[in-house]
Amino acid sequence: MKQKLRGDFLLILVLLAAAAVLYFVFRPGEGGAWAVVTVDGEETARYPLGEDLTVTIGGTDYNVLQISGRAAAVIDANCGDHTCIRTGTVRRDGEAIVCLPHRLVIRIEGGEAGIDGIAG
Amino acid sequence: MDGKHISRYALLTALAMTLAWLESLLPVPAAVPGMKLGLTNLVVVFALERMSARDAAAISLVRVLLVSFTFGNAYSFAYSLAGAALSLVVMLLLKKTGRFSILGVSVAGGVSHNIGQILVAMAVLGTGRLIYYLPALLVSGVAAGTAIGIAGGIVAKRVRI
Repeated sequence: MKQKLRGDFLLILVLLAAAAVLYFVFRPGEGGAWAVVTVDGEETARYPLGEDLTVTIGGTDYNVLQISGRAAAVIDANCGDHTCIRTGTVRRDGEAIVCLPHRLVIRIEGGEAGIDGIAG
Repeated sequence: MDGKHISRYALLTALAMTLAWLESLLPVPAAVPGMKLGLTNLVVVFALERMSARDAAAISLVRVLLVSFTFGNAYSFAYSLAGAALSLVVMLLLKKTGRFSILGVSVAGGVSHNIGQILVAMAVLGTGRLIYYLPALLVSGVAAGTAIGIAGGIVAKRVRI
């Protein structure tokens, strides 16, 4: 039994170490320039993060995307789990908001060279 | 298969469905797709410990089918099936090595469940970007798997069915 608990402990340690390493490997970059909307893997729109706007994505299945202060967030949606809303705001290159029920991904792209990269 | 066996299946499957329903009522604190407690895994872990690999696989599959028909849709079925299948295979392999207790088996199950789901999500959504959720899912899988493993160990020791 003791030996098995040793195995358990090692397994947990290895998994947590892997998580720590992967965290640094996949860490999002600096502030992004675009909010890119993809539905079912197809890009449907891209909005510059420099311009504030609120837009509804989809029809019967909808998610409301709000861009303000160089960050994007989903503020309303009729999906079941509302994970997209709870994700909160994303602003850094590589970050994403995901709505699995609607097969929607809003990802942040582009480094500093945004549409108004030198402004504000 | 005798009557006792069948009623055991039915009992555990019903319990798994009840736990799935209970979990759907709990607010999820995390904002990462795929992150969950996995209460239903308690039943699978129990079946693995006290019954056979075949029993655990059968209960897991029936549970995924019924829960998806009742609470989900075609896509949530795909996520659940991928998570459940990968988690079952990994748990079976780990158990077979004889080097891990129910705790380690459950932790590996929780983590591989999350990995299976994120892989299907990447395929469905057509984006590899979701990989950056992996570290968070690993940590949450370890935490959930530990909780379920400890509970499963206590249950498997005390409950006689």
